[in-house]
Amino acid sequence: MTDHLLSMMTFLPLVGMLIVLFLPREADRLIKSVTLIVTLLVFLISLPLAFSNAFLNSSAMHFTEFAEWISVGKYFKMNYHVGVDGISLWLVMLTTFIMPITVLSTWHAVEKNTKGFMALLLLLQTGMLGAFISLDLFLFYIFWELMLIPMYFLIGIWGGKNRIYAAVKFFIYTAVGSLLMLVAIIYVYYHALQSGMPFESGFGIAHFYQMDIPVQAQMWLFAAFAFSFAIKVPMFPVHTWLPDAHTEAPTAGSVILAAILLKMGTYGYVRFAIPLFPVATMKFTPLLATLAVIGIIYGALVAMVQDDVKKLVAYSSVSHLGFVMLGIFAMNLQGMAGGMLQMINHGISTGALFLIVGFIYERRHTRLIADFGGLSKVMPVFATIFLIVTFSSIGLPGTNGFVGEFLVLIGAFESGLRWYTVFATTGVILAAVYMLWMFQRVMMGKVTNPANENLKDLSAREVVVMLPLLVFIFWIGFYPNVLFDKMNPSLENLIEQVKGKQQIALMAEQQADAVTLLTVNE
Amino acid sequence: MENLVQIAIQNVNLWAVMPSLILCCFGMGLLMINVFLPRGTTRHSVWISMIGLVVTALFVAKGWGNPQYGFNDAVAMDNFAAFFSITFLVAAGLTILMSDEYLHREGYPVNEYYPLILFTTAGAMWMASGTDLLTIFLGLEVLSVCLYVLAGFFRGQVRSNEAGLKYFLLGCFSTGFLLYGIALIYGATGSIKLAEIGIFLNAHGSLLGNPMTLGGLGLLSIGFLFKIAIAPFHMWTPDVYEGAPTTITAFMSAGPKAAAFAAFIRILEYGFFSLKPEWTAMLWGLAVLTMVIGNVIAISQTNIKRMLAYSSIAHAGYALVGMVAANEIGYSGVLFYLLAYAFMNIGAFAVLVLAGKKGEDNLTLEGFSGFGYKRPFLGVAMAIFLFALMGLPPTAGFAGKFYIFAGAIEAGYIWLAIIGVLNSAISLYYYLRVMVYMYFRDPVEDYAWVGMPVSVVVSIVIAIAGCLYLGIVPGFVMELAKLAIF
Repeated sequence: MTDHLLSMMTFLPLVGMLIVLFLPREADRLIKSVTLIVTLLVFLISLPLAFSNAFLNSSAMHFTEFAEWISVGKYFKMNYHVGVDGISLWLVMLTTFIMPITVLSTWHAVEKNTKGFMALLLLLQTGMLGAFISLDLFLFYIFWELMLIPMYFLIGIWGGKNRIYAAVKFFIYTAVGSLLMLVAIIYVYYHALQSGMPFESGFGIAHFYQMDIPVQAQMWLFAAFAFSFAIKVPMFPVHTWLPDAHTEAPTAGSVILAAILLKMGTYGYVRFAIPLFPVATMKFTPLLATLAVIGIIYGALVAMVQDDVKKLVAYSSVSHLGFVMLGIFAMNLQGMAGGMLQMINHGISTGALFLIVGFIYERRHTRLIADFGGLSKVMPVFATIFLIVTFSSIGLPGTNGFVGEFLVLIGAFESGLRWYTVFATTGVILAAVYMLWMFQRVMMGKVTNPANENLKDLSAREVVVMLPLLVFIFWIGFYPNVLFDKMNPSLENLIEQVKGKQQIALMAEQQADAVTLLTVNE
Repeated sequence: MENLVQIAIQNVNLWAVMPSLILCCFGMGLLMINVFLPRGTTRHSVWISMIGLVVTALFVAKGWGNPQYGFNDAVAMDNFAAFFSITFLVAAGLTILMSDEYLHREGYPVNEYYPLILFTTAGAMWMASGTDLLTIFLGLEVLSVCLYVLAGFFRGQVRSNEAGLKYFLLGCFSTGFLLYGIALIYGATGSIKLAEIGIFLNAHGSLLGNPMTLGGLGLLSIGFLFKIAIAPFHMWTPDVYEGAPTTITAFMSAGPKAAAFAAFIRILEYGFFSLKPEWTAMLWGLAVLTMVIGNVIAISQTNIKRMLAYSSIAHAGYALVGMVAANEIGYSGVLFYLLAYAFMNIGAFAVLVLAGKKGEDNLTLEGFSGFGYKRPFLGVAMAIFLFALMGLPPTAGFAGKFYIFAGAIEAGYIWLAIIGVLNSAISLYYYLRVMVYMYFRDPVEDYAWVGMPVSVVVSIVIAIAGCLYLGIVPGFVMELAKLAIF
C-alpha cells in the first residue's frame, strides 16, 4: 500500500473528477459531497507522510516510485519518478489539508455550474500534488502546466466582474515564463547527456544536481528558471497578474491560489533553480534579494491604501512572499527553514484571510472597507477568528507567522544580506499597520451602515472550515519543531551541496584572477 | 530498343506503389458505381472510401520495416513514406467522416467529392515516396489538380469560387517555378534522381561555383514553400482556407501540407545534403518569419476559420524549425508533429463544421459566445483541440513541439527554439480568446443548430483520442517516427 502512496494520493482526485463528470448536472449536493469525500480521502492517504519518521534523520527521497514512461531510442527518455523529502513534505501536506477546507467553503458560494467547478478543483489538485512530488524535470513541467488550465477556467467562469481580463492575464503571464523554462529544461538535458549522464536516468533531477555546468550557461539557464518561478511567486516587478487574479477569482480559487499555487514558485527555487545552478544563484542573489525587499515594502505600502479587503490581502501576499524569498536566498539553515515555514504559514493565514473575505462577501456582496464598520458587535465569533488570523498574518508571537518571519530575518541578517534585512524589517511594521488598520475599519467602532446591523454570525459549517486553520496557527506558533525536525536534514544537505559548489567556483575565480595578475605583472 | 523495354519491366515493382494503387482503384471504382446511382445518395461513398482508406492503411502498415523500391528507383515505399502515408490517410479519413452531413447541408451532395479526396491522398503518397524529381512532381500535380477542384467545390458560392480560382492560378504559377527548378537542376547535375544529384553535388561542390544549381534549388524550394504556405509565399492561404468548404480546409491544412513537407525533406536530405549549411540558413530565416507572421496576424482575426488559417501558417513555421535542425530528432519531430497536427487541427475544424450553419456565417468569435454551455460535448472537444494547438501538456501539440524544439536545441539552435516558444506564447492569446467566448460569455442568441450526426461525432472522438494518446503516452509513435528517418 505504501509502495504507491504518492501515486494514489496524486491521481485519486483525477478519478474523482471523472466520477463527478458522470454525475447528473442537477445533483448539486451530491457533487459537492463526492468532491469533499475525495479530497478528505486524499488527506487521509497523505497522513502517513506526516507521521513517517523517515524524514527525521535522512535527507533522501522517501516513498519513491519509478516507472518508465516515454523512451525514444537515443533521443530522449522520460520517467515517472516521484518522491517526497523534507522540502516537499509539508507543502504536500498543506495541499491535501487545504483542499477539503476549500471544498467545504464553497458549499453555498458556488451555485452556478457546480459540476464543472468541482471537476476543475479536483484536476487542479492532481496538478499541484504532482508538481510537488515530481523528481523528473519533464514530469514536473507537465504537472506545472496542468495546473494552469483549471485555474484559468476557475477565474474566468466563476470570477467577478473583470474575470476575463484577469484570467487571460494570469494564463499568459504564467505560460510565457514556463515556455522559456521549457527551453532551459531541454538544454540542461542535452548538456547532461553530453557530459556523460546515463541515458536511462532521463530527466531525473538527481543526476542534474551532480552536473557542473559552465558558469556562462548557468547564468542563462538560471535566468530562464528564475523568471518562470518569479512570475509564479510573484516577485516584483512581474507580480501584476496577482492582484487581478486574486480579486476576480472566486473564494475557493483565491484560497488555492494563495495557499498553494504561489508556493510553486518558491518551491521551484528551492528544488530546481538553486541546486541546479548554484554558481548562478550566487551571482543572482543580490538582484533577487533586492527584488524581494522591494516586494516586501512595495506590497505592504500598496496594501495599505487599498479600499477593497480582498485586494489588500492580495498585495499582502506580495509582501509575505518577499520574506520567503529573502529567507531562501540567505542560504543558511535559519533562513531556509524560516522561508519554508513561512510558505506553510502564508498558506494557512492568507488562505484563512481569503476565506474570511469570502464569508463577508457572501453576506454583503461587497468587499469595500468603507461599507463595513463595527462588525465585531454583530458577529462576535467571526470577530474573534478574524482577529486571530490577523495576528497570525502580522506575525505576533505565539502565532505561526512570528516563527517564520523571525527565522527569516535572523537568517538573512547572519548571511551576506544584512543590509537587505534592515529594510525588510520595516515590512513587519508595515504589515501591522495595514492589517490592524483594516481590522479597525471593518470590525471596530459603531455600526454605521444599517445594512450591517442584522448580519448573521458564522454558521457551524463556517466555523468547522476555520477551526483546523486556527489549530495550526497556534500549534506552529508554539511548537514548530515538529515541522523543522523533518525538513532540516534535507535543507542542511541542500545548503551543503550548494555552498560547496559555490566555494569551488569562488576559488576557481580567485585563481583565475591571480593568474591574470601574474601575467600582467610579468 | 528491346533492351530498354526489358530494363523497364525488370524494375517495375508494384509493391512499391501498392497502397496508393489500391486507393486509386477504390476511387475509380467509386466513380463507376456513382454513374449508376441517382444523384443525392452519398452514404455509400463514405463507406466505400473509408474501407478504401483502411485497406490502404493495412497495406502501408504491412510494408513497415520492409522497404520496397520500384520503377528504376523512382519510387521508394520505405518507413519514411509509410509514416507520412499514415498521416495522409488519417487526415483523409477524418475529413471524409465529417463531410457527408456538411455537403448535404450546403446543398452539394455530390459523389465526386469522395474520389477526389482519395486521389489527392494517392498523390500525396507519391510525393512522400518519390525518389526522383519527376515522380514527386507527378504526385504534386495529382494532388494539386484535385485540390483545385475541391477548393472551388461549392460552385454556387462566390467565396468558394474565389478560393478555387485563386488557388488554381497561384498554384499553377508556383508549379512553374518548381518545374523550372527541376529543369535547372537536371541541367546542372545531369540527373533527376535524388541519389544521383546528391552524389554529383557532393563531388562537384558549392552553390556559388554554379549559379545553375543555386537557381535550381531556389526555384524548387519556392515551389514547395508555396505549397507548405511558408512566409513570404503564404498570401494565398487565408483566402483559400476561408473560402474553401470547411472540410476541405481541414484536409488541406493537414494532408497536402504534410505531403509537401515529406517531398521537401526527402529532396533536401537526399539530393542536397552537401549544401546543408546553405539551406538550413535559408530555412532558419523563413521559419522565424513564418512563425511571427502567422501568429501576429492571427491575433487580429475575428473569423475563427480565418484565424485557424493563419495559425496553420504558424504551425508550418514550427514544423520548419525541425527541418532547420536537420538532425534525426528534428526530422522525426517533424513527422510526429504533422501527425499530431492532423488530429488537432482537423478536430477543430470538425467542431466548426457542426457549429456553422448554412452559408457558414456562424464562424465569428461572437457566434461562439456561450458555445461551451449550449453544446457541452463540442465545447470540451474544442477546448482540447485548442489546448493542443497551443502546445500545452498533456496533449499531442505539446509532445510534438517538445520533439521539434528538442531537435533544434540538440542541434544548437537555441535562439530558434526561444523564438519558437515565444511565438507559442503569442498564439496563446488568440486561442484563449476562442475559449473566452466559448465559456466566459453568455450565449447571445440561439442558432438553428444542425444535429449531431454520428459520423462527425466519430471523427471528433477519434481526433480527441489521437490528441490525448499522442500527448500522454507518445513513446510508441515517437519511436515509429524515429524509425521512419532514413
